[in-house]
Amino acid sequence: MSAECPECGSKVELPEDAVENEILECALCGVELEVISLSPPTLELAPEEKEDWGE
Amino acid sequence: MFKLGMLFSRIRVEEKLLLEEAERRNIEIVKVDSRQSIFDLNNQYDFEVLLERDVSHSQAIYALALFENSGVKTINSYQTALVCGDKVATSKALYDAGVPTPKVKVAFTPESALRAIEEMGYPVVMKPVVGSWGRLLAKINDRDAAEALLEHKENLGSYYHSIFYIQEYVKKPGRDIRAFVVGDETICAIYRESQHWITNTARGAKASNCPITPELNKLCLSAAEAVGGGVLAIDVMESQNGLTVHEVNYTVEFRNSIAPTGVNIPAKIIDYAKSVYSER
Repeated sequence: MSAECPECGSKVELPEDAVENEILECALCGVELEVISLSPPTLELAPEEKEDWGE
Repeated sequence: MFKLGMLFSRIRVEEKLLLEEAERRNIEIVKVDSRQSIFDLNNQYDFEVLLERDVSHSQAIYALALFENSGVKTINSYQTALVCGDKVATSKALYDAGVPTPKVKVAFTPESALRAIEEMGYPVVMKPVVGSWGRLLAKINDRDAAEALLEHKENLGSYYHSIFYIQEYVKKPGRDIRAFVVGDETICAIYRESQHWITNTARGAKASNCPITPELNKLCLSAAEAVGGGVLAIDVMESQNGLTVHEVNYTVEFRNSIAPTGVNIPAKIIDYAKSVYSER
């Protein structure tokens, strides 16, 4: 299962047990991606870190 | 049948492990994406217990307040999130409960903050009153640095950057301790070793198992109780005067703590959620 990286266009392999909204990293350009859908496999840039993010 | 709600804004390693442990126990998880959610003051939900996993603090506290208003039992509670998410509230709760915690001074203007820093004596640590992941922490070694930093902070957008939270700098042995409390049990702890004074594992600190001594256990349980209890990550330093708690986290990250401790942290959290459901 793979999808295109919206940032650099490379092919990103999704793990077998991928779930929607999961965060992945593009192996080529390193950008953070979010799994938007599994069928068809679709990736979007993950939202960027905000000031109040954390534990 | 027990259904567990899970509020999230992104599915990270932690959330995925929690989903897997729930599945292993045939517990149905209702995923609630905070970005898609609309909250009324009193909603109907088809779950009675909610695990809060929103990476945004401001979203988490409002969501928790509104879930609780709708009769949902949340992990953690709105009150615990309020205390843990605000460093002044955390320091006050620990201090009031007699839990050892570094000295803190709070000021509202650069001028009074500079006096507070000088009263405390260099070096000090300045932290944003709301913030995590080691973001915008500053160790201030002298007056020049203090003046520069205070001026910079004045120009940072949000209002809470003019709440100056100044904490005593605690000498520690190149590491601190991150302990996990789930309910009334300190389930495991790690040392976070780093030559840098900021010891987040996300910033490269090395994690290794830390034995839970009776002293550490007692300290962590009293710290957890002081802030309202639940599923918490307690940050502890080994100071020259003994163990001291400097921070408590309420949306715990544990991906780097499972291997060194051998404790299945997500499983403990899911089991705890089930026990909360049965005691409800």
